[in-house]
Amino acid sequence: MSLVEIANIHKHFGDLHVLNDVSLSVEPSEIVAIIGRSGSGKSTLLRCINGLEPVQKGRIVVDGMDVTGGVDLNLLRQHVGMVFQSYNLFPHLTVERNVTLALKVVRNTPKAEAKAIAAEMVARVGLAEKLQAYPDELSGGQQQRVAIARSLAMQPKVMLFDEITSALDPELVGEVLRVLEDLAAGGMTMLLVTHEMNFAKSVATRVAFMHEGRLHETGPARQTLEDPQTPELRSFLNAVLH
Amino acid sequence: MIREFGPDEIAYLVFAARWTILLTAASLVFGSIIGLALAILRIMPFRPANLLALAYVNLIQGTPLLGQLFVFFFGLSILGLDVGAWPAAVTAFSLYAGAFLAEIWRGSLQSVPKTQWEASASLALTYVQRLRYVIVPQALRISLPPTVGFVVQLVKNTSLAALIGFVELTRAGQIINAATYAPLKVYLTVAAIYFVICFSLSMASQRLERKLHVAR
Repeated sequence: MSLVEIANIHKHFGDLHVLNDVSLSVEPSEIVAIIGRSGSGKSTLLRCINGLEPVQKGRIVVDGMDVTGGVDLNLLRQHVGMVFQSYNLFPHLTVERNVTLALKVVRNTPKAEAKAIAAEMVARVGLAEKLQAYPDELSGGQQQRVAIARSLAMQPKVMLFDEITSALDPELVGEVLRVLEDLAAGGMTMLLVTHEMNFAKSVATRVAFMHEGRLHETGPARQTLEDPQTPELRSFLNAVLH
Repeated sequence: MIREFGPDEIAYLVFAARWTILLTAASLVFGSIIGLALAILRIMPFRPANLLALAYVNLIQGTPLLGQLFVFFFGLSILGLDVGAWPAAVTAFSLYAGAFLAEIWRGSLQSVPKTQWEASASLALTYVQRLRYVIVPQALRISLPPTVGFVVQLVKNTSLAALIGFVELTRAGQIINAATYAPLKVYLTVAAIYFVICFSLSMASQRLERKLHVAR
């Protein structure tokens, strides 16, 4: 069985049909890049997977947990990490406490152990020396790397990345993408909404192109991006690559 | 016989100010409990709770404080309940403070970006944990200046308790004035004492703000 199984989901925001019969299965260690124009429903799709947005119809199952069938969302979210465009670090807590908070209050991890995990995760994203810094003392790229470390500390089975480099200055994008590459090499299952086509091409195993609420075209990343089959994807790629 | 307005009278006023402070403090304690509960009811994703809290806030904010004070002092005694000036005043001021603090704190809670709720939810924190560890600490910093602003208002508003015969600073001023016929001196002294109380509060608030790093 797939790690993430999305079957025929529908979602409406008022009159807007944001997700229209979307189905997608993600196998362990797969990296799926979700691309598409803004408003095509790609972020919403991602947010449905960890239950931040409810769906009106269809089924989502993550690692045997039925998201749409009333699973305890707080249990689900212990296994599904999510990183946002705007980092969303907790501004009143140091880097270390940002990372240890969920470990302590959700997992009841002993303090010393939580600190050790935080140190390890923060070192993994290359910020060991910033453990005691506050978010406003970090650059955008550094904040985003801390946000990734914060999610990783919970040892999720799947990670969701929602346009995590879109708010960054161009020169800071690389450092965040390198962390993703490192995760990919480690076999992490990932779904990422992204506008970084080159990154999608080189790191993702699969591309899912969303268009007007539908999953319009999907296939192996490199092949699909180099030889799109539908005119919509072709025109989208032309628009973003030129 | 008319008394001189001298050091004894000033001492009497200063001493009476402790009742102003005590009334403010007691109302603040109970008002905070009411206010916090109402603020949470106002932001909960549960419509009837929102409406209930809103109704309370509108009722209190939309009627005069003096009227509320009279209801608890004179109104209850008509119903056969003999309420003293102190319990009536504490009850009225607590209910009043609760409504205003609820709105200040609701605004503060809501001014914490929605993305903070989402980030903490994504980390599997429960609703109560999100409030306690992420939202409330940030809201507290935001709410400090308006809360202290309200407490300063509360200090001055406790003077209304003079009208139900509770001897706090203003009532003490009336008593001294009746004995000395020196209204200017008496009420200027009363005003100066209020000023000292309120100014100290503002200074303490500013110091606390710096300490809490409000920017962060």
